[in-house]
Amino acid sequence: MSFEPRIIGFLCNWCSYTGADLAGTARMKYPPNMTSIRVMCSGRIDPGFILSSFRKGADGVLVCGCHPGDCHYVEGNYKCLRRMLLTRQLIKDFGIDPVRLRLEWVSASEGARFQEVITEFTEQIRSLGPLKLGGLVPEVERTAVHT
Amino acid sequence: MAQVHVNIDGHDIVMEEGAYVLEGARSLGIRIPTLCHYPYMTPYAACRICAVEARDGKGWTKIVTACNYPVWDGLEIHTGTPRVMNARRVNLEMLMSRSAPVPVLQQLADELGIEKPRWGTGDDTCILCGLCVRVCDEVVGAHALAFSDRGIFRKVATPFGGQSDDCILCGACAKVCPTGHIALDDINQRQVVHRDISLAPNSAISLPFRQAVPNVPRIEPEHCIHFNTGGCKVCSQVCPKDCIQYDDTEQIEEIEVGAVILATGFDSFDPSVMKQYGYGRYPNVVTAEQFEMMNNAAGPTGGRILLENGEEPRAIGIVHCVGSRDQNHHKYCSRVCCMYAFKFSHLVKEKTKAEVYQFYIDIRSYGKGYEEFYQRILDEDVNIIRGRGAEVVPASYRRTEEGQLLVRCEDTLIGKFREVPVDMVILCTALEARADAKEVARKFNISTGADGWFIEAHPKLGPVSTTTDGVYLAGACQSPKDIPDTVSQGGAAASHVLKLLCLGEILLDAAFAEIREENCSGCRICNGLCPYNAIDFIAEKKVSKVNAAMCKACGTCVAACPTGAIVGKHFTDEQIYAQIEGILT
Repeated sequence: MSFEPRIIGFLCNWCSYTGADLAGTARMKYPPNMTSIRVMCSGRIDPGFILSSFRKGADGVLVCGCHPGDCHYVEGNYKCLRRMLLTRQLIKDFGIDPVRLRLEWVSASEGARFQEVITEFTEQIRSLGPLKLGGLVPEVERTAVHT
Repeated sequence: MAQVHVNIDGHDIVMEEGAYVLEGARSLGIRIPTLCHYPYMTPYAACRICAVEARDGKGWTKIVTACNYPVWDGLEIHTGTPRVMNARRVNLEMLMSRSAPVPVLQQLADELGIEKPRWGTGDDTCILCGLCVRVCDEVVGAHALAFSDRGIFRKVATPFGGQSDDCILCGACAKVCPTGHIALDDINQRQVVHRDISLAPNSAISLPFRQAVPNVPRIEPEHCIHFNTGGCKVCSQVCPKDCIQYDDTEQIEEIEVGAVILATGFDSFDPSVMKQYGYGRYPNVVTAEQFEMMNNAAGPTGGRILLENGEEPRAIGIVHCVGSRDQNHHKYCSRVCCMYAFKFSHLVKEKTKAEVYQFYIDIRSYGKGYEEFYQRILDEDVNIIRGRGAEVVPASYRRTEEGQLLVRCEDTLIGKFREVPVDMVILCTALEARADAKEVARKFNISTGADGWFIEAHPKLGPVSTTTDGVYLAGACQSPKDIPDTVSQGGAAASHVLKLLCLGEILLDAAFAEIREENCSGCRICNGLCPYNAIDFIAEKKVSKVNAAMCKACGTCVAACPTGAIVGKHFTDEQIYAQIEGILT
């Protein structure tokens, strides 16, 4: 049986999640490997979510936000962009190929683009093979401070 | 100014010193005929028809021209004495001896009892009144005209008799010319009938549109003579209420509102990019908008359907889907064209004897009463050809005399290529999003689709609201729509706004960020990150606090908080970690 990558997608509520919705209502086909987690804004995405995803077994993480300048919350996507660039550096240090973390801008009207991004990213991760962590990521349960 | 006492035909009148006799006579209702007098211009006394007799009451008497004779104290004016009448008759007869018998002279001759001018009549339609020269100098300020030559050769001319570079084509000279010697079309060699079919105002001062609120005229500085030359100001002279303000400038007012309805409408597709239809090249290829203006009873042709040469068309072709349903331009259907094309057919059939040919891809007559209207059009013998209009070529292409233009298309119902001779082609141009729609969308923090239309909150459940609270959509800015749909959406948008305003308070979403004071280190990273300035730092407690009413729950502070003190309600860290865990195990 061929390798089916597991991908977690963080989608912002206003653009990318709506774009994904559009792809769905337009009956566009894309691989089922990505499971989406809705956040209100790509600026909500804590780098911890990404590290946790990789540690729990995700082969790739996709982060989607509104196009620059189109953020529903003015500039959350720029904050996301900065965080993702740093997170890429960070996962490289953990021995994870930085291409496994991808940031894409998908607007609410870009159902076709969403389909394209998912298909392409899934194929890329499939060709990279399963993520092997090599024990670099500490096996400590990440808990939020206030719990 | 000193006041002087004047007596005109036995009536005493007090006038300003330096005023002219004619003004006084007119204010008393005494008619003095003139040919070269016009308000707002310096009197010139060229025609000398306004001759009156001036007396000082002591025996001195003189024939003077009323238009430029200044009054003085004790002046007596007689306007109807035999001497005055004789002077007027001689002056007019001399003028007639060189001038053609134009109506204005004939009328005056009848009035003065000249049956046959003693020295005959001439053939010059110009009576050398100088009104055109003065209007061009004093009112317009263009100085494009002047008298040239002398004596019997005297005439009004432009420099070297050609088209003057100083002439701004305002037509003021033609307007004041009493004999019709200067005609607008001589000055302006452009086409007459179709020239005015544009949405631009026809005059430099006009109402923006008939139903405008406030219903007051405005000046278009680009076309206004005053703004171009500093002259004219005729409008301020005729306005009885002194309403004309030349120094009025654009003002930007800030108005605080609780809600906004975007009803910015649509632009019309420019068909000149589709070269095959010849818009802009063939004058009788018009857009639907221009045809609509032509049909307007208050429009440039007075509601008549006319070709560019002023004739009635023998056949009209209506091309549907120009720019719509087209992979090269707009893929969508513009929704309203089929129905207005039928309306056009109906109007053409009603007003003219012309044949009508419709070139369509599909007839989309959905809606209440629409299909019935389509059937009615079919009964009115309109030719409906199923096939996109491929090309419009001049009739000379086939050397036919039947029409001025040929519409070429493939009739897909009979499977044949057809060339239909018509005199006029109406292009049903696509509705497209306003050119600045993206900019407006950004301003209101909403989004536009690929075609530029504003995106509603939800295509089925929120077709009026947007993703920004308090911003609603109405009309064609959201998608192409016809009038009933626009009115419905407008009503819905208004009721949404009223709901907000009547309630007087708004319900907040349960999702917002909250800072747990015990965990907050007071680092203030979140303060600067918040795009809504919803986070305040409380100095005495050394912690930050979220103002729930201002928080929009984007969560950027939650992700940034180094101590994890901020909880994004409904999107807490636990919830998201649980989702990750749930997905991967």
